[in-house]
Amino acid sequence: MNFYAIGAIYRAEMARTGRTLLQSVASPVISTALYFVVFGAVIGQRMESIAGVDYGAFIIPGLAMMTLLTQSLTNAAFGIYMPRFLGTIYEVLAAPVSSLEIVIGYVGAAATKTVILGLLIMITARFFVDYQIDHPFWMMGFLILTAVAFSLFGFIIGIWAEGFEQLQLIPLLIVMPLAFLGGSFYSIKMLPEFWQTVTLFNPVVYLISGFRWSFYSTADVPVGLSLAMTAGFLVLCLLVVSWIFRSGYRLKS
Amino acid sequence: MNEAASENPAPQGALPGERALVVRNLHKRFASGLEALRDINLDVGYGEIFALLGPNGAGKTTLISIICGLVNPGPGRILANGYDVVRQFRQARASIGLVPQELATDAFVSVWSTVSFSRGLFGKPKNPAYVEKVLRDLSLWDKRDNELRTLSGGMKRRVMIAKALVHEPDILFLDEPTAGVDVELRREMWALVRQLRDQGVTIILTTHYIEEAEDMADRIGVINHGELVLVEETRTLMDKLGRRELRLHLHQPLNAVPAALERFPLTLEGNGHELVYTYDTQQADGDIPELLRRLDEQGIEFRDLHSSQSSLEEIFVNLVKKRT
Ligand SMILES: Nc1ncnc2c1ncn2[C@@H]1O[C@H](COP(=O)(O)OP(=O)(O)OP(=O)(O)O)[C@@H](O)[C@H]1O
Ligand SMILES: [Mg+2]
Repeated sequence: MNFYAIGAIYRAEMARTGRTLLQSVASPVISTALYFVVFGAVIGQRMESIAGVDYGAFIIPGLAMMTLLTQSLTNAAFGIYMPRFLGTIYEVLAAPVSSLEIVIGYVGAAATKTVILGLLIMITARFFVDYQIDHPFWMMGFLILTAVAFSLFGFIIGIWAEGFEQLQLIPLLIVMPLAFLGGSFYSIKMLPEFWQTVTLFNPVVYLISGFRWSFYSTADVPVGLSLAMTAGFLVLCLLVVSWIFRSGYRLKS
Repeated sequence: MNEAASENPAPQGALPGERALVVRNLHKRFASGLEALRDINLDVGYGEIFALLGPNGAGKTTLISIICGLVNPGPGRILANGYDVVRQFRQARASIGLVPQELATDAFVSVWSTVSFSRGLFGKPKNPAYVEKVLRDLSLWDKRDNELRTLSGGMKRRVMIAKALVHEPDILFLDEPTAGVDVELRREMWALVRQLRDQGVTIILTTHYIEEAEDMADRIGVINHGELVLVEETRTLMDKLGRRELRLHLHQPLNAVPAALERFPLTLEGNGHELVYTYDTQQADGDIPELLRRLDEQGIEFRDLHSSQSSLEEIFVNLVKKRT
C-alpha cells in the first residue's frame, strides 16, 4: 500500500474543502436549517405526530439524509472531475498508486466531508427542534455507510461526466426527487397501498427509513433490509469503480 | 552497447548492463483506428540524454504517455529501470518523473503544497529540506507561497518540472520542455538538464528545436508516422548524414567541369559561375588543398569561397521527407 499517496490525495481534497467552506459546508447547513425552521418548527406544530414522533422531529433524519446524498454526490464528483477537467489527473495516473489507493484517497475525503456535514446539520437542527437519538451507534453506522456509498457513486459520476451540466444532472434530476419521494417528509405507510408498493422501488426509501430508525426506533421497512440495501448499493458502486480502473474508461485512451 | 550507457553507473539496485528504458515491439492503435505507434524498439542507457524528434502527430507524446501510464499500451513490452511498466507498475513508475507537454496545474493551491503533494503521491515520506532544494534549483523558492493561478506560464512549467523531480526519479521524461518558453528560461532549462544528467538522472525529451537536440542529446531518435525511423548517437548522425559543401564563386563561368578535376565530386551551378564541391564529413578534409592546387594549375580563378555543413535540421527534414 502506498500510504503516502493516499494521505497526499486525502489531504489535498480536504484542503480543497477548506478553501470552499462557504460553498461546501455553510450553504448546505443553512439551507437544511431553513427546512427545519419552516417545516419543523413552524408548520410542524400544526401537524399530527407520525408513529408517536412529533412531525418536526420526524422529518429531521430524512431531511438530513436528503442533503447528505446530494452533497456527497456533488462533492465526490467534483473531486475527481476537476483534475480531469484541468488535466492534472496525469499525475495521479503516472504515480505508483493502485486504483484502490486512488479511490480510498478521493472517496475517503468526500465521505469524511459528508459525515462532518451530517453532524453539523444534526447539531444545527437541535437549535430549532427537539429530537433524540435512540441508537447513536447505528446512526453513525448508517451515516458513514451512506456517505461512503454515495461518495463512490459521485466518484463514478465524476469520471463519467463530460461537462459541468452532466455533473449536476444526476444529483438534481434523479437523487433529489428520489429523496423527496422517499419519505423525507412523510411515512410511506401514509400512502395508498399502490403507491406504497411503487415507492419500495425507490432505493432512497431504505436509506431514510434505516436512518430514521436509529433516531426513533420506528421504520417503514425492516432495519435489516435498510442495512442490506445500503451495503448492496455500496458494493455495486465498488464493482463499477473497479471496472472503470480495469478498462481505463474515460481515464486512458 | 553504446558509450553513454557504459560511462554512467546505474542506480543502486540496478543489474549491470541494465537499461534505464527498454521498449520492445511496442504498438499502439487508438480506438479511432489510428495506428499511433508501429513496432517501436528502443534502448536508453542510464545517464543518457535521449532526444526524440519528429513532426507534429508523429507519436512522441503517445510513446511517452504509454511508458508513464497515461495511455493504455498496445502489444509490446516496456521496462523502465528494469521493471515492467504494466506488471511492476509501482517500482517502474516510482523511478519515473514526467513533465507533460500540456501545462496542467491546479489554480488555488500554493507552489509548496502542489510540489509536496507530488512527493507524497509517488510514495515518498515528507522531506521539507528536499522540497526546498528542488524549489531553489528551479528559482521557485520566492514563489513558494503563491497560488499557482498567479504564476506566469514559464513559472508554471517550472512548477511542473519541480513536481516531476521532487520524488527523486532515476528517469525524467520532458515532453517539449522548451515550448513557449523564453530564451533565458530555455537556457536555464538546459543547464538544469545537464546538471540532472551529472547527478545520474536519465533524461528522455522531445523537442522541435533541432539545434537543442544537436547540442544536448547524446543520442537522437527520429519518429515519424509512429515509426522510429532512426536511432543514432548525435555525433555519428551528424557525421554519417551531415554533408559538407565548398562553394567557389568563379571569375569566369565554366561550361563543364574540366576533365582534370574529374576525380572530385564537383557540380556546376549558377550558370557555371559556381563550382560546388560536396563531401562527407567522414572524408578527410585533405582533399581541399589538393582541389585548390588543381584549380590553380587549370587557371581557374575564384573571387570568393564559402563552406557549410548541413544541420541536423536538414538531415531531419530529408529523413522525414523520404518516408512520407
Ligand atoms: N487519445 C487519442 N485518441 C486518438 N488519437 C490520438 C489520441 N492521442 C493522440 N492521437 C493521435 O495519435 C497521433 C500521435 O499523436 P502524439 O500526440 O503522440 O504526437 P506528437 O508526436 O506528440 O506530436 P506533437 O509534436 O504535436 O506533440 C496523432 O495523429 C494524434 O492525433
Ligand atoms: Mg506531443
